[in-house]
Amino acid sequence: MESAKQDIMIDLAVDLGGIAMKNPVAVASGTFGYGKEYEDYLDISALGAVIVKGTTLEPRSGNPPPRIVETAAGMLNAIGLENPGVRAFAQEYLPYLVEKKVTVIANVAGNSLEDYAAMAAYLQGCSGIAGIELNISCPNVKKGGLQFGTDPHMVKEVVRAVKAETSLPVMPKLSPNVTDIVAIARAAEEGGADALSMINTLMGMAIDIRARRPVLANIFGGLSGPAIKPVALRMIYQVFPAVNIPILGGGGIMNSNDALEFIMAGASAISVGTGNFVDPQCAAEIAAGISDYMVAQGIGSLREIVGAAIQR
Amino acid sequence: MARLEKGIILSHRQVAPEIYSLEFAAPALAREASPGQFLQVRTSPTYDPLLRRPISLFDAEAERGVVTLLYRVVGRGTSLLTELPVDGLVDVMGPLGRGFTLPERPEKVLLVGGGMGLAPLLFLGRMLKQGGSQVKILGGAADAQRLWAGNRFERLGISFSPVTVDGSAGRQGLVAELLADWPELDQVDRIYCCGPEAMMAAVSKIAREHNIWGELSLEEHMACGVGACLGCARLLQPGDTGYVKICKDGPVFNMSEVQLFKLD
Repeated sequence: MESAKQDIMIDLAVDLGGIAMKNPVAVASGTFGYGKEYEDYLDISALGAVIVKGTTLEPRSGNPPPRIVETAAGMLNAIGLENPGVRAFAQEYLPYLVEKKVTVIANVAGNSLEDYAAMAAYLQGCSGIAGIELNISCPNVKKGGLQFGTDPHMVKEVVRAVKAETSLPVMPKLSPNVTDIVAIARAAEEGGADALSMINTLMGMAIDIRARRPVLANIFGGLSGPAIKPVALRMIYQVFPAVNIPILGGGGIMNSNDALEFIMAGASAISVGTGNFVDPQCAAEIAAGISDYMVAQGIGSLREIVGAAIQR
Repeated sequence: MARLEKGIILSHRQVAPEIYSLEFAAPALAREASPGQFLQVRTSPTYDPLLRRPISLFDAEAERGVVTLLYRVVGRGTSLLTELPVDGLVDVMGPLGRGFTLPERPEKVLLVGGGMGLAPLLFLGRMLKQGGSQVKILGGAADAQRLWAGNRFERLGISFSPVTVDGSAGRQGLVAELLADWPELDQVDRIYCCGPEAMMAAVSKIAREHNIWGELSLEEHMACGVGACLGCARLLQPGDTGYVKICKDGPVFNMSEVQLFKLD
């Protein structure tokens, strides 16, 4: 092992279905704003990718508060996709990220197939976007969102509609709130998805026993954080052998050991979400930790261990 | 610039029932902080509880390179925080948020604090005194013990008028009642206020009636603390269509911007 340690050339770069990432660590949509919010804490251009806050065709003011509540080793959120709309994103927030040479993945959410298609067409005309993540799994909006992500037919249709409008890599973000995640993943691949993002939050709730009512104004929210890691790992492990497109894995990743578990379950790259709130530098530290592991284990390319834990 | 810092704990002690003072070395943070800003504090190295806790700056002394937080134990997170030992490290993010607006020239200033709302007013009082303003404070709490911070204001030369619910120190009643009867009210140029929302609502009303410029500090549960997660959303006025984020747009707002309707 000593000689391997010295001789090995580490290649951290990942091709995620056509999205060129400098390293396998992305930051998840909705947990990193538009990148600028975290510029004091780390070099955002050194991240594998920044997946920006979910964008809709028109501005949305989001859900009334309370929007968040902490739970055991996790948190629930029901932000309700507050965002300034896709045009304001492209005009006011994207230029900064382009100037900083950040690998930007846009995240879009729609109420209809037409919404998704229109946003894809609009983003096609914006330079500086490396790929599009389709939010078909937001549990916190009344129309659209989750309903697109729980029916395999709808998943296929929405991916197809977006692919028809853009040459950018398209990556649907799958909802864990389904019975058969493999069927959903296969449908996304059939629709033409270039990669899969797994997983979005798990729908949950919390109750205020003093007030005898739900804590969140939206009643239900999406559970994230270390509490959901075993669920995310299991789903990626199930999907990996069933598809031929790469997976961006995430769900409660807090450190490089967590990240390596995801990679061994079948993720080609990983995303850090709620972890950013706890340690705003953890994405950079995770990338460094993965690199250290590769050196120590004599692994030249991460591809060597993607899905390594799968028992055939 | 905000930063992630691990400060060496210089002192950490209980100062009143449920109230702790945590003093640590953080030179850059102490230099850059301004009154009314807050830190996101990691309460333990484990993932449960997961999130940082927003705690306002009780004091930030640039010359000594020392930051002091005053916090009340309200749940598991703050309870774990009390276990951090002297000479150990405290993991903080900040300074965060929009703090109090300091006057450009010396003015006659009244600080009004209720309960833990006294905490952000000490640093503010010190900076106001440094700027030559004439500063007095009306401080209210449940009882005399919980008005522990009063001495700290007095040490800065800020006269402290206590009010307690049980009458164990100063006038018995609520701090807003003391303000309403304050004899020098018409000479006051500004009021800075922090405390329970019902109290801040009463103080804002008095300030408005007397045409006094005022700022107050709001509180919400937070996740990120930097404006990324959009969790600490709040309407400033009942009919507003957009939500402000307490962590980034606040926590300090002008009294004229806010109509307090979420009374506690």
